[in-house]
Amino acid sequence: MRKKIQLGVLLLLAVVLVLLPKVSPFFIVFVATEILILGLFATSFNLMFGYCGLLSFGHGAFFGTGAYVAGLLLQHLQWDFIWVLAVAPLAAAVGATLIGWLCVRLNEVYFSMLTLAFGMMVFAIAHQWRSVTGGSDGLAGFPLTEVGIGLDIVLANPFHFYYLTLLIVALSLAAIYLLTISPFGLILRAMRENTERVAFAGIPANRYRLYGFILSGLFSGLAGALFATFSRVAVPEMSHWTQSAEPILMTILGGSQYFFGPLAGAAVFLGLKTLITSYTSEWMIYLGVILLGMVLFLPKGIFGLLERWLGGRT
Amino acid sequence: MNLMTAFVAALLNSFDIGILLFIIASGLTIVFGVLGILNFAHGALYMAGAYFLLTLMGTVGMPFWVGVLIAPLGVALLAVLIERFLLRRIYHRHPSFGLLLTFALLLIIDDAVRLIWGSGYHIVEPPQLLRGAASLFGVTYPLYSFFTIGMGILIGIAVWLIFHRTRIGKTVRAAALDPEMAQAVGINVPIVLTVVFGFGAWLAALGGALAAPMRTLGPAMGDTIIIESFIVVVIGGLGSFPGALFGALILGGIHGFGGRWLAEWNIVLPYIGMALVLLWRPEGLMGRR
Repeated sequence: MRKKIQLGVLLLLAVVLVLLPKVSPFFIVFVATEILILGLFATSFNLMFGYCGLLSFGHGAFFGTGAYVAGLLLQHLQWDFIWVLAVAPLAAAVGATLIGWLCVRLNEVYFSMLTLAFGMMVFAIAHQWRSVTGGSDGLAGFPLTEVGIGLDIVLANPFHFYYLTLLIVALSLAAIYLLTISPFGLILRAMRENTERVAFAGIPANRYRLYGFILSGLFSGLAGALFATFSRVAVPEMSHWTQSAEPILMTILGGSQYFFGPLAGAAVFLGLKTLITSYTSEWMIYLGVILLGMVLFLPKGIFGLLERWLGGRT
Repeated sequence: MNLMTAFVAALLNSFDIGILLFIIASGLTIVFGVLGILNFAHGALYMAGAYFLLTLMGTVGMPFWVGVLIAPLGVALLAVLIERFLLRRIYHRHPSFGLLLTFALLLIIDDAVRLIWGSGYHIVEPPQLLRGAASLFGVTYPLYSFFTIGMGILIGIAVWLIFHRTRIGKTVRAAALDPEMAQAVGINVPIVLTVVFGFGAWLAALGGALAAPMRTLGPAMGDTIIIESFIVVVIGGLGSFPGALFGALILGGIHGFGGRWLAEWNIVLPYIGMALVLLWRPEGLMGRR
């Protein structure tokens, strides 16, 4: 019964997302695109947090790397977009391999500190390396290319871009979901419960954590590449800790123990952001208060609350 | 400028930065050692110390010497309230919740500072007595920096003596080592935790108040400090007081010498230093697993 309800909701969501541009104004499509991209970012962050129990404060590093590599490829080489989307996440994954290799060997608190510090290192490099990254101005005004492989999609058209994003995000989420239910995903989840026991069972825990981290960085990079194309800029702030904070907040809002928690959290987060920033520019303080309340009273997020109301899992 | 004076100048820079970092990072490491909470808002409390001093000297009109004593106490009081009403609720949960909670506090304090003092930059004048410069081995250096270096050393010695030579220190260490046992032998552990969190915040805010006349006050000043403090405790070993000293001096040295001879690399050098220490000793120079 439960499975059927979930499947039904998912189908309904798919129908709504596909029909959305037909029935809603431009602004909504714009926001929906952003929700999808950042939802993918948050879901890939949660691969580490929700499944591995490791809280990264530096995922902006991979988001930013994806964004910059996409920007640079479009600016200098004008590759077909499909290849840009293939290479930018790989660059982020290489970064995740280097940073992850140093970070996953240590426990939760160290992991959080180190990811924050290395994330800020990427920010500092993007900020200082003017000749390549354009310094604090970032990269802007790069041309949008053909998508390639014979697809008749115009990237500059927001409706086309929405459908392309929807397709890529849906495929990525499906891939991540399959990962989480695979034996690999089960090992990650087991490590969240008790890393030591997993190690005693003969599984090289740190190596699995690193694999998880690399995959998480890969999809964050994909989200970054999409976001750079969507916003037409790549700026250092994309790897700042305030950017890294967004997937954390989205995940906590939605619920880290649920696969679709981060995506739902992204929708709520951006909805709140749009609402609050129309009244005040000091939106971080509201965010802080919301996060405080969630941590203290609703650690399982909105999905946890729904589950309690619907009387599901005990 | 010959090599000798350049060396002395770099050394002074290293101490100037390093000792201040030591004061701040020691607060972070003590709080972690006793409460098991890594305080993400530590940099925000540092910033609050500087802004409190700004208001005490500007609006209230206090002299620097009084303000520098009172501003950190104000921040410590704020921290005591935070511990009592918020932090206390999550000690029994997964360590990630401590990080998330203090992260929420960081967001709130950062924006509160922006709301109260604006997002512009402010300057705090050093006291009359400490203006000007002094000369050491042919290098002229601001008098105020000599003062902060001296203060830092004094505070470091005082904190070490409190923790290792007094009854209060023993009580705190007992509460950190085994809270249940400490409670059983009559130590009021909840109060110890409150006091230690307040004390850690006091150190951060004192660092902020002392730094105020040397650095520009801006809403992002806490961000750089929290990153630097993290690097310090990773190098030195989280929870180790001598580790905070070594880590701070090493990072100060990286800034002082790197800034002079490897200026282009200066922004990544601290991270490279941190990575090297991690490869060699993942638990930090003075840390224990």
